[in-house]
Amino acid sequence: MARYILTRLLSLLISLTVASAVIFALIEIIPGDPAAFMLGINAQDDTIAALRAELGLDTSPLERYFGWVSGMVTGDFGTSYTYRTPISEMIAERLWISLPLALIALALSTLIAFPVGILAASKRGSLTDTIVMGFTQLGVAIPNFWFAMLMVLVFAINLRWFSAGGFPGWDEGLFTGLKALTLPAISLALPQASILARVMRSALVDTLDEDFMRTARAKGLNRRQAIQRHALRNAMIPVLTIIGLQFSFLLAGAIIIENVFFLPGLGRLVFQAISQRDLIVVESVVMLLVFAVIVVNFAVDIAYVLVDPRLRRQG
Amino acid sequence: MTLLEIEGLSLSINGSPILKDISLSLKQGRILGVIGESGSGKSMTAFAIMQLLPSGSKATGHLRVLGFDMLAASEDDLCKMRGNDVSIVFQEPATALNPLKTIGDQVAEAILIHEPSTTRAGAQVRAQTTLERCELPAEQFPLTLYPHELSGGQRQRVVIALAIALRPKLLIADEPTTALDVTTQAEVLQLLKRLVTEDQMGLMLVSHDLAVVAGMADDIVIMKNGEIVESGVATAVFQQLRHPYTRALYAASEHVPDRTPPRSTARLLSVTNLVRDYRLPRTALFAAPQYFRAVDHVSFDIFKGESLGLVGESGCGKSTLTRAILGLETVQGGEMYLDGMPIAGGRHVDRKIRRRMQAVFQDPYGSFNPRHRVDRLISEPFHLYEEPPSSDEKNEAVVGALRAVGLSPEDQFKYIHEFSGGQRQRIAIARALITQPELILLDEATSALDVSIRAQILDLLAELANSYGLTYLFISHDLSVVRAITDRVLVMRDGRIVEEGKTEQVFSAPQHPYTRSLIDASPVLPKNANH
Repeated sequence: MARYILTRLLSLLISLTVASAVIFALIEIIPGDPAAFMLGINAQDDTIAALRAELGLDTSPLERYFGWVSGMVTGDFGTSYTYRTPISEMIAERLWISLPLALIALALSTLIAFPVGILAASKRGSLTDTIVMGFTQLGVAIPNFWFAMLMVLVFAINLRWFSAGGFPGWDEGLFTGLKALTLPAISLALPQASILARVMRSALVDTLDEDFMRTARAKGLNRRQAIQRHALRNAMIPVLTIIGLQFSFLLAGAIIIENVFFLPGLGRLVFQAISQRDLIVVESVVMLLVFAVIVVNFAVDIAYVLVDPRLRRQG
Repeated sequence: MTLLEIEGLSLSINGSPILKDISLSLKQGRILGVIGESGSGKSMTAFAIMQLLPSGSKATGHLRVLGFDMLAASEDDLCKMRGNDVSIVFQEPATALNPLKTIGDQVAEAILIHEPSTTRAGAQVRAQTTLERCELPAEQFPLTLYPHELSGGQRQRVVIALAIALRPKLLIADEPTTALDVTTQAEVLQLLKRLVTEDQMGLMLVSHDLAVVAGMADDIVIMKNGEIVESGVATAVFQQLRHPYTRALYAASEHVPDRTPPRSTARLLSVTNLVRDYRLPRTALFAAPQYFRAVDHVSFDIFKGESLGLVGESGCGKSTLTRAILGLETVQGGEMYLDGMPIAGGRHVDRKIRRRMQAVFQDPYGSFNPRHRVDRLISEPFHLYEEPPSSDEKNEAVVGALRAVGLSPEDQFKYIHEFSGGQRQRIAIARALITQPELILLDEATSALDVSIRAQILDLLAELANSYGLTYLFISHDLSVVRAITDRVLVMRDGRIVEEGKTEQVFSAPQHPYTRSLIDASPVLPKNANH
């Protein structure tokens, strides 16, 4: 088990190294002079020269790469060219919105998907199954920004339960902050919940046909006990895979929802940085997101082994 | 005391009748053998007793376990009885256990579910005792093991342990040894017999194998198409063989096809010092790779027109050897010649050689592409010719092959799902015949078939050998079949040939202790006067 974790950690480090090299290469080396690109076509020569010096473009790419990586390891992400503030501060500020939003959405999605998937699987072929799966089909098909606008219309404009957008900050109190994230989290969670429920159902249906489920019933377990004690954990492997993918997506892919609700999250930060050609910010935020995805995958790998003892014997 | 009483039990699933008017009973301390071929309803009878039937099932009649009416019982009452008063052991030990739970937890669960006042630790202690009763000593088999760390026979002992943990009065065993090797089968049957005596249980042993049941049962029920055709005390049933179906089953079980012994002394296939190593998964990142030797310096010859048997238990390397001969494995040493031409292992086997040998495999369901018609399935080996035959020639060959295996020419337009298991195996043989090969490798080709179908296929193989001068390599774990159809036999163990000789000689006077143990473990049919 320890060896398994060690090899996974090693592979995590290799992935991070490769990813950082690729991001660095794509942004700094390939499209010509980054300073000229950042300043646009009307830039003065001396402004470009000043930016080149600031970016350290006179030194070799290898030196810059190691400077960038060692900076990130120590928490120094550089300074944003547009805002003239340290990028680490900007990211921290945005992360305080994006991370809770992703976690709430993921929790919601899982809380909805598990019971729905289990219900549909245990009543497979029945009317309940058909209806529930029909709704998840709808959930997958409806674009989440449209659903988000619908919710703003109903809950913010008509009922006035929530504000239509913006984030007051956590200083206003936990409740106020959570309230501002409720509608965005629901709109993010619903399509994810639909996908997860369908995966849960099909994984569980496969497990219910296994011979050991018959053994469980023959021991004297009733249907519910047999599903709880024997089927659920066996159905977890595909479900864990999807949960891992969804977390990465929710963290980075919330740009549209952040825009609909006017939330200053990471997605919007990347979007703004790209439109302002602030390559220093883009590079760092993308690296951070890649880091998150790789760490989540690592966590999922560890979860597989905790769930399935058969995976433990390999290296 | 009568543990099980069934009277006039009929069962239908979604309207189609499965069981018709079944009546049987089982008393304490006795073993009831239920015999039948696939589709006879023997397993459904077992599931009906447990009331673990598929949805859409409707049962009528009387079914009492310990005097308790199972058909009228509520689901809650049934849950209390299952595992406590009546238990079942299933056929497939590989899948009957939850792969994610330790064997200790799985046995302990059977106790905890019925006795909620028991502590977890107490249940674990009792699980340990039960596993030891099933001959899994704690030192070698701690409770913390997972099913994948056990062999098939050991898993079946765990399944038996969780069935008998609460000492039920009635135990049902549905083909408990069908998936096991003969020596393991003998041990598991012995175990069941001992448990029946110790706990004074009633055992209902469901099996397709007459010989297995004959060695165990006090009473016997023979089923066909959902009905009981004959029942009675075991010795009397086997002595008298009153019902024609019983007679037919008996005859099919020990059927020996008519064959002419081979005359030729020319070698068709010769194998010398063949070695096949498999690389094992790494134990550490930079460790030197470890190897498992599946075939260990094997040498033998097959003479033209003979039928050579290859017997051995699962994992002995017989299938790897078969694949190596077909040129499907990269071998690490040794030489193989077919009629003097070398067979290169791995990717580049000469087509001329390939079309001179063909194979028939075990699973008549899995070895065909379900989306192709029979004519395409059978004519597939024609790609082994440099110049493919014209469509007329092809058609003629397909019709010829179908006729040779006893099917009609119209069958070429059908799909594989339209055929029964026995017919599919005939189609597999037709596919093997189409290139007019000299050598056919039959890898467990009759193992998945019912006895009566198996007898027909053995006859067909004998007939084809006589008329086409075919040579067979007959690979099987089933000694009785090998004895019936081969001239010489090889006994394989752990990748080596441990004994080789004329079939009758090897079976009547085995030299190697391993061969002796295999023969001793094989169940035998009782001798019969009428037969």
